Amino acid sequence: MSLQPFTLVTGKAAPMLAANIDTDVIMPKQFLKGIDRNGLDRGLFFDLRFLPSGEPNPAFILNQPAWQGASFMVVGPNFGCGSSREHAVWGLKQMGIRALIGSSFAGIFYDNCQRNGVLLISLEEAVLQRLGQTVSQPEQARISVDLQEQVIRLEDGQVIPFQVDTLRKTALLQGLDAIGSTLQRSEQIKAFEREHLQANPWLN
Amino acid sequence: MTCARTLYDKHIDSHTVCRLDDQGHVLLYIDRQVINEYTSPQAFSGLREAGRKVWRPGTALAVVDHVNPTAPKRIAAMPDPGGARQVSYLAENCHDFGIELLDILDKRQGIEHVIAPEQGFILPGMVIAAGDSHTTTYGALGAFGFGIGTSEIEHLLASQTLVYKRLKSLRVTVHGELATGLTSKDVIMALIGKIGAAGATGYAIEFRGSTIDALSVEARMTICNMAVEAGARGAFMAPDEKVFAYLKDKPRAPKGALWERALLEWRKLRSDDDAVFDREVELDASALEPMVTWGTSPDQAAPIGARVPDPQDVSDLILRQDMCRALNYMGLEAGMPLSEIVISHAFIGSCTNARIEDLRDAASVVRGKHVAEHVRAMIVPGSTEVRDQAEAEGLAAIFIDAGFEWRQSGCSMCLAMNDDVLKPGDRCASSTNRNFEGRQGAGARTHLMSPAMVAAAAITGRLTDIRHFGDRT
Repeated sequence: MSLQPFTLVTGKAAPMLAANIDTDVIMPKQFLKGIDRNGLDRGLFFDLRFLPSGEPNPAFILNQPAWQGASFMVVGPNFGCGSSREHAVWGLKQMGIRALIGSSFAGIFYDNCQRNGVLLISLEEAVLQRLGQTVSQPEQARISVDLQEQVIRLEDGQVIPFQVDTLRKTALLQGLDAIGSTLQRSEQIKAFEREHLQANPWLN
Repeated sequence: MTCARTLYDKHIDSHTVCRLDDQGHVLLYIDRQVINEYTSPQAFSGLREAGRKVWRPGTALAVVDHVNPTAPKRIAAMPDPGGARQVSYLAENCHDFGIELLDILDKRQGIEHVIAPEQGFILPGMVIAAGDSHTTTYGALGAFGFGIGTSEIEHLLASQTLVYKRLKSLRVTVHGELATGLTSKDVIMALIGKIGAAGATGYAIEFRGSTIDALSVEARMTICNMAVEAGARGAFMAPDEKVFAYLKDKPRAPKGALWERALLEWRKLRSDDDAVFDREVELDASALEPMVTWGTSPDQAAPIGARVPDPQDVSDLILRQDMCRALNYMGLEAGMPLSEIVISHAFIGSCTNARIEDLRDAASVVRGKHVAEHVRAMIVPGSTEVRDQAEAEGLAAIFIDAGFEWRQSGCSMCLAMNDDVLKPGDRCASSTNRNFEGRQGAGARTHLMSPAMVAAAAITGRLTDIRHFGDRT
């Protein structure tokens, strides 16, 4: 399955700077009962986004007019910790989130984002805090993320550079099908496997 | 020149099909995969849509554990349509792709990270990936296990490999003797409290030291299991004779000459003496007290003798806001003694702490006593085999006499994907791994602790210091 390539994206950035936002909070358990990927935008941040009455919670950042329809979120440390549920990433993507900008991300979540074409950008804590303050002002919430150039451009002309592994960058820019790429190495995998099983015959 | 290598390095090196760049990415061969009903459906659908086969079906083992009810009478039917669809789709996928399935009525059914070691499916030196974050459990057997998402499950099913980036290494040395009443759960909770919920993000942890050596294999699994709550993407312990004794004669462990040959290799599985770790942490186990969580992140933990911490004492603004938010959710006041927190539920279960030793420990606390009037207390064994063994040993009768519900195995109220769900405001002493907001039910409040501490809390009706609980039998 090919992904939508990520090149240059412009949109609103919603700040959500609390630490340790876990995948149970991003996608609560009652939305994990499907066998497909559909309809997970409904579950995203469900307990924060909706009041017990079912009405949208006006205090929640993605419900506020200035950040509604955001393409990015600026998030706190260790975002995406906890459960491996990829449903969290599917939900973010279905809500239109194309990239998350934070200081650190949980490992499984990081890989899940990569495999769904969602860009994760890690910045120094101080730089992130400043960015968080900037996009917390409604008139400055709009940013551009340029993956090719590896920069974030702000409304006021500021430019924030970021690092990304070349391998991941290429995959995102081209929307590569990871399985297809790996299977081009089938012969190499088979050769490795033969030797590996010969050396460790109890693995057969 | 050969460089001294860590145990982690050795696992990665021996499973590297090829290097993909000079930034640490490799194509990593995976020996085993464990599959459950809720993170795998879309992976199988992906294979179907692309017309791909499973590379080596015999290396995968599937089990139903997350959505099934744990009511005392086991039935094949799932009560909710979503869970039923996931279970039937898993059966269909396993049938069509040739993967062995332990379904709900199988005597070997149970929580994936309990049954995989139980069946001898996990062996030292293996690399295992599975669609569940607690796959780190297998480090206790000298294997390297890590959690992956659904897209990676599909990649693994199709190619037996993952595109993998090498982690940094963290060595945690735990020394000293644990005080009476303390367990490996207290060790890992203290470590998470010390280094934080992201303290090991980007690292594989290797545990070592006299405390670890003295622990049973099951107790070690609890530590490796919860290492992910500090952000670790893998947790190791060098396998020793206890591990080999644990594995011998397990159904899928090698037998005869093959066992002997494997042993020779497994005894080499340790970090080189002069291997250098990227980071080192030490923990004095003899100074530990029984740990409980007071907040909504596993690192928000304190010794049972402490008080609920005061956010005003914390200078870091973000940390203070997180604490305020956590205390608000938990309905706790700063300064309140933790031992005065009254519970409504007690839950012993999960891949962290529902093995036979955990149940023996809990039974020794509750024998001849009774669960407090206002508490609903549940035991959900980690596997059907654990349940059967506990019944044979008379533990089930002890729990039932004490007023506990004696249930069937599954993930149950650890994440409440089945019908074991708490209501808003319920407060649960829990032997599980995550105290996240809403984890055990929207608005429900979780306090993590060891199974013995849960058992004591069930009896007294409040969080209780196991060391002052009185005689255990």
